[in-house]
Amino acid sequence: MSEPSQGGDRRTQRRPLIFESGSAGRSAFFWPEEKGANEIPAELAREEIAGFPEMGELEVLRHFTRLSHLNFSIESQFYPLGSCTMKYNPKVNEVAARMPGFALLHPLMPPELMPGALELLAELEAMLAEIAGMDAVTLQPAAGAQGELTGLMLIRAYLTERGDPRKKILVPDTAHGTNPASSTLCGYNVVQIASNKNGIIEPEAVERAMSDDVAALMITNPNTLGVFERHIQAIAEVVHRRGGLVYLDGANLNALMGIAKPGDMGVDVLHINLHKTFSTPHGGGGPGAGPVGVKAHLKDYLPTPQIVKTPAGHELREDFPKSIGRVRSFFGNFGILVRAYTYMISLGSDGLEEASRMALLNANYLRKRLENTFFLPSPEPSMHECVFTDKNQQKGGVTTLDIAKRLLDYGFHPPTIYFPLVVSGALMIEPTETETRETLDAFAEAMIAIAREAKEESALVKSAPHTTPVGRLDEARAARRPVLRWEPGSED
Amino acid sequence: MRYTPHTPADKERMLRTIGVAGFEDLIQHIPAALRQKAKISLPQGLTEVAVKKRMAALAGKNASAQDWRFFLGGGIYHHAIPSAVDAIISRAEFATSYTPYQPEVSQGTLQAMYEFQTLICQLTGMEVANAGVYDGASAAAEAVLMARRIQDGRHRVFVSRALHPQYRQVIATFLRNLVDVELVEVPFTASGATDVEFLARSLDDKAMCAVVGYPNFFGVIEDLALLRAACDRSGALLATVTTEPLSLALLKPPGAWGADIAVGEGQSLGVPMSLGGPGFGFFAAQKKFVRSLPGRLVGETVDADGRRGFVLTLSTREQHIRREKATSNICTSQSLCALASTVFMSLLGKQGMRRLAEVNARRAHRARERLVKEAGLAPAFTGPHFNEFVLNVGGWAERRSRFFAKRIVPGIELSPWYPELPDALLVCVTEMNEEEEIEELVRTFAGR
Amino acid sequence: MEFPDGLKYSKEHEWVLVEDKVAIIGITEFAQHELGDVVYVELPEIGEKVVKDDPFGAVESVKAVSDVFAPVSGAVVEVNDTLPENPETINDDPYGDGWMIKVEMTDMDDLKDLMNAEEYAEYIEQQKEEDEEEEEENDDEDEEDDKEEDEE
Repeated sequence: MSEPSQGGDRRTQRRPLIFESGSAGRSAFFWPEEKGANEIPAELAREEIAGFPEMGELEVLRHFTRLSHLNFSIESQFYPLGSCTMKYNPKVNEVAARMPGFALLHPLMPPELMPGALELLAELEAMLAEIAGMDAVTLQPAAGAQGELTGLMLIRAYLTERGDPRKKILVPDTAHGTNPASSTLCGYNVVQIASNKNGIIEPEAVERAMSDDVAALMITNPNTLGVFERHIQAIAEVVHRRGGLVYLDGANLNALMGIAKPGDMGVDVLHINLHKTFSTPHGGGGPGAGPVGVKAHLKDYLPTPQIVKTPAGHELREDFPKSIGRVRSFFGNFGILVRAYTYMISLGSDGLEEASRMALLNANYLRKRLENTFFLPSPEPSMHECVFTDKNQQKGGVTTLDIAKRLLDYGFHPPTIYFPLVVSGALMIEPTETETRETLDAFAEAMIAIAREAKEESALVKSAPHTTPVGRLDEARAARRPVLRWEPGSED
Repeated sequence: MRYTPHTPADKERMLRTIGVAGFEDLIQHIPAALRQKAKISLPQGLTEVAVKKRMAALAGKNASAQDWRFFLGGGIYHHAIPSAVDAIISRAEFATSYTPYQPEVSQGTLQAMYEFQTLICQLTGMEVANAGVYDGASAAAEAVLMARRIQDGRHRVFVSRALHPQYRQVIATFLRNLVDVELVEVPFTASGATDVEFLARSLDDKAMCAVVGYPNFFGVIEDLALLRAACDRSGALLATVTTEPLSLALLKPPGAWGADIAVGEGQSLGVPMSLGGPGFGFFAAQKKFVRSLPGRLVGETVDADGRRGFVLTLSTREQHIRREKATSNICTSQSLCALASTVFMSLLGKQGMRRLAEVNARRAHRARERLVKEAGLAPAFTGPHFNEFVLNVGGWAERRSRFFAKRIVPGIELSPWYPELPDALLVCVTEMNEEEEIEELVRTFAGR
Repeated sequence: MEFPDGLKYSKEHEWVLVEDKVAIIGITEFAQHELGDVVYVELPEIGEKVVKDDPFGAVESVKAVSDVFAPVSGAVVEVNDTLPENPETINDDPYGDGWMIKVEMTDMDDLKDLMNAEEYAEYIEQQKEEDEEEEEENDDEDEEDDKEEDEE
């Protein structure tokens, strides 16, 4: 049934599922029938895939094109998501990744048939090692969290060889949730360390928690408040003195290029998020890549195969008996590695250093523009992101969540909210370096306008958003009575 | 290239607003010892033209399926991908959007993921599926971790030797650090299938789960009825791993056999090979296990005006809330690849999936028959197969150069992983292998 | 906010109603308010032993999970099996239909450590004050730091 739309109001448009569209017998696939027999024994054979859609090609294209219109994206909206580094995803990266000489490679063909791929991977390892100040890199992990797990396994293998894997990992209270989750997956117990009232970790706090039972400290630098952990070298010393190692969550590397290298901070192992610092697209939730960098003493434990340079070119070698093994099939997310490589050679050392400098400039500019309106929980200098809270707006009963939802009406994706957990009602703002001053000004003005609305018309903010394709959704209902798939006969 | 838009005037104005004299003031607080050593020692940036040239040069050195004829499977498959798939996933609204934590502006991604979850359930015959994990190998490992959560008190994990060797390696790596797990390898028989009798003998009341490929690494279709019965007798969970999900268009799916968990690699359905990544792992299970599922789940709900909408749900399982007690540590996953697959499966649909699968099965069976009859190659296994099969090829070390000279890679040598199969070659035939290619393959093997 | 008189209360915001040797246990109105909409409840099995001050289950809202702690020790004799289907009952009727488990107590002395309604109400007030004080302290310290900086 079609209904006239209320002049541009997207909320009245029906959005059928693919299963609610199409018609029996339709397909967008054309291929002549093949001669011969399936030769699948009857008891193993399937009749049909019940419920699968039956649509024509234009139908399918319209369906997904219309869906795409419902999304915010970097190319349409400013996305100041703290610790996500939503910078521009360059188009030339996409061109490179789609070249047949990359896209149509099979991972199990003999290595001598892919010298260009191996050269790219070896160079990428070297570039990441240089930027992070480390000695060796593995490109296998598929994402930051998988990188973390890999890094922890490296630590565990190293300590096991020295007689005792130990039992605990120290994790700051500002840490990303993947840090403790990865620790548990590696067989460790998590001990939380409190940051001080300004949000940074003090060496004394680490000293108190450190023992011969602690395998490692996981730290993010800058931390999730966007603040540089200025005591990191002293902290690393405390950990090393008792035989532990230091793991750096490299999610905020965009603040550090040309400014400070993790390898100089006393870090033994780190992961890097290519879909953050190195511009590969977020894709609505991946794919990304989480390479891991190590100092020399951890090299032998890296996942296999390792790429080794020879006079003839590059070789894949499995003969590393101390290796932790494989963490992912084949070569990791190669297509993402190609994009990151393209980005890194595009920018070069000058471009990468400028990227971090402008990331800091943009973040500090926003901080200045907002600090008279929103509450700043830490007086420490901000690097590439700044954190505010909803404290000043709470008197009107308006929360961080409401502010975030109202920002949608202004055409901005909200900052990261309610993280880090140490700050109540956190708004973590990371503009990244690819935004213009005008965009930052527009965002600041929107935030200030919302703060005014919070005082003068709080109901408008509390019931936001008003102009998005759907309003606030009933998440309690989705969790209480989960409906995770379409079924025939379900009402729409 | 640089993507920073700041002019000197912009910088000056912004620094003034911030209230500092120069950029250096913003990093004064960073220890000087660190700042002094931080210079990045790499070549300078390039123009876009120079970048494209360099990338084309690197790409040009590799043997790709565009110029070579591949008969390669082994977990990654060369299939025709309709142009419409790339057109959709290239849309910036899908490619450059973030994880849908703000559902009001992510209904495109969320609805597509809901459709994806449904398609995976339909394809695998299972009741619930998540929005994807990193790859088939980690999906297999996560399946074992999930079985561990469900089967409290049981610690023995049975993995078939006929499961993809890299998947077995990843499972071993994940389990290595968990003291309460014992990994038992189940051998395969002369037919190329998992030794069910061995498994049945070994399963006891400490058996957590059994993990088999379906089809397995040799392309052989396992007897899930027998495996299910063996697992039932001991109370072990049955997890299947499918690296070529196109096969499920013709084969009775894992759910129809009563699998508890069905996972696999989704690359073959709409994602380019790309040297094995990115792809995505799919992960499906019986509904009663839903709260133990790893990864993201998209659920249906309504807004205040009763409009249907979709949200990430059951998030308390996940790392950002449950932290150390999370079901998995997954954050960023493989969303855009799962979307590619959703578009692919929508384009092919019920009819197209079957047609494509039939082309694969028939072409592979005809090719195998010709290789056996005309080129005198001995089949290694007798079990039924889909589009991959194993042949014994004597003197492969000497023969391979003849094939490479013709730009043919006729299969994957198995001896590095299976020393007991010194002559075995895993051959895959898909719709992308034209008749002339198969003819050339047969002739070259026949020595003509 | 309501804290019925006939019940006893724990510091972790559980309530206890004792009938003979059986303790009926749930979470208080304050707890359900802090959690928000309850979407899922994790309950023990009948026969399981619970230990005073150890967690026996969990209550989940959309964005958070909270352990529920046993205010007394004993064996679980009954479990509220309407909760899995209707977890919102805990929000709607935390002291009545929202009861979670019934425990046959092993030591009646366990009750001595619990508070009565008045004491619990005071306890909650105290908690609120402490939270506000801490925030003010941080503000004061910030003010002092700012003053020092200005003076410098």
